[in-house]
Amino acid sequence: MIEVKGLVKTYGNKRAVDGITFTVKRGEILGFLGPNGAGKSTTMKMITGFIRPDAGTAIVGGIDVAVDPVGVKRQLGYLPESAPAYPEMTVEEFLRFIAEIRGFRATGEKRARVEHVLRLTHLTSVRTQTIETLSKGYKQRVGFAQALIHNPPALVLDEPTDGLDPNQKNEVRTLIRSMAAEKAVILSTHILEEVEAICTRVIIIASGRIVADETPSALRARQPGARLDEIFRTLTT
Amino acid sequence: MSQIRPLFKREFLGYFRSPVAYVFLIAFLLISVSLAFSRYGNFFKAGTASLETYFLFFPWLFMFIVPAVGMRLWSEEKRSGTVELLFTLPVTTLEAVLGKFLAGWAFLTLAVLLSFPMALTVAFLGDPDWGIIASTYLGAILMAGAYLGVCALTSALTKNQVISFVLSLAACAMLVFLGLSSFTTTLESFLPVGIADVVSNFSFVTHFDAFTKGIIDPKNVAFFLSLIGFTLFLNVVALER
Repeated sequence: MIEVKGLVKTYGNKRAVDGITFTVKRGEILGFLGPNGAGKSTTMKMITGFIRPDAGTAIVGGIDVAVDPVGVKRQLGYLPESAPAYPEMTVEEFLRFIAEIRGFRATGEKRARVEHVLRLTHLTSVRTQTIETLSKGYKQRVGFAQALIHNPPALVLDEPTDGLDPNQKNEVRTLIRSMAAEKAVILSTHILEEVEAICTRVIIIASGRIVADETPSALRARQPGARLDEIFRTLTT
Repeated sequence: MSQIRPLFKREFLGYFRSPVAYVFLIAFLLISVSLAFSRYGNFFKAGTASLETYFLFFPWLFMFIVPAVGMRLWSEEKRSGTVELLFTLPVTTLEAVLGKFLAGWAFLTLAVLLSFPMALTVAFLGDPDWGIIASTYLGAILMAGAYLGVCALTSALTKNQVISFVLSLAACAMLVFLGLSSFTTTLESFLPVGIADVVSNFSFVTHFDAFTKGIIDPKNVAFFLSLIGFTLFLNVVALER
């Protein structure tokens, strides 16, 4: 579903992403791990067509992002880091705007879509509140709702559980797992337990390169008996 | 292009979701009307039933007030990170630029049209030439669009709204001052007259003046429209960079 081929991005004289290649199939949840500044977000921004790679490309559902970026954007649900949204809009207004721009113009269809994601992400109680008055956890859910509104075949989530309390984290993970069967999911995180909890595959990157690409159990088997964060440290330093 | 509609709707209503719209509209009408009635405008002393003294100040007023509308167009999106959301939705850069610009322009048009009680006042006091009033309104709206084009462009260059405002103000001021005779004389002192003429032709004042006299010259309409087109093109380039 998502094919990433040799992505490269250079900022000034720093190579942020240095030839990253991987594929994610439907039903897979790929955990994208790495220290801060390793190039996780940059890679995701290139897959979603927000920034243009210096070399390489990403293909989502058979569409090349370099050739038809809008076509790729139609197939993707993307939750950017820290879930940006227009603060002066209410949750409902915002989701209606997203639904319209995602092509659900008929009133009935638009309402059905918005209602569906409001229920899915437990936002019904704050639907008439403006986004700026919401807590971090609710804002994150609005970002989630926005990414799911068109039921996309591919999901790219940049730190979906960042800043949430343990209960909310658990809820988001359950949500991701429940949708994963018919979707290709990439999620970035730096919480190692999260990877073990929901991911079917892990990619660890350091300084813009892939240093590990395997199942969570294979990762654990690298150093039997060691804690995950120790393995992580060995790989990334 | 069908994507422009939701973008336009969100942006236009966005002005009214915060106090920005109300503060802007009230300030605009208050300042423009009081300038006309002030001793510089001489609305009553002029003794004619026309809006000439009212619209006289528009190029100057727009210089300050359009950057206030335009500065947030892109800077705000960049600062709050929503630009990432916007450009990962299925919209092209051109659609986004047009949606936003048209929303800002519609808002400015609304502000200009809300001055209509001034026209009614003139009609109550005397017998104005409605043709001139109509052409003046058309000119003011076109000029507002050209100012906004410039401001949208400068807004796309920075995520800092203050820098965006100052840049817009400087650019708009240039476009106004180019037409002043003292400025043209200075230009002529070191440039060939022909070139100085071309440069001063870019002034908003000269192009707007004809409208206030009831002349809808295709050249002036084309000037404002092509300036809008050009700045929007640069706007797309600046965002895709």
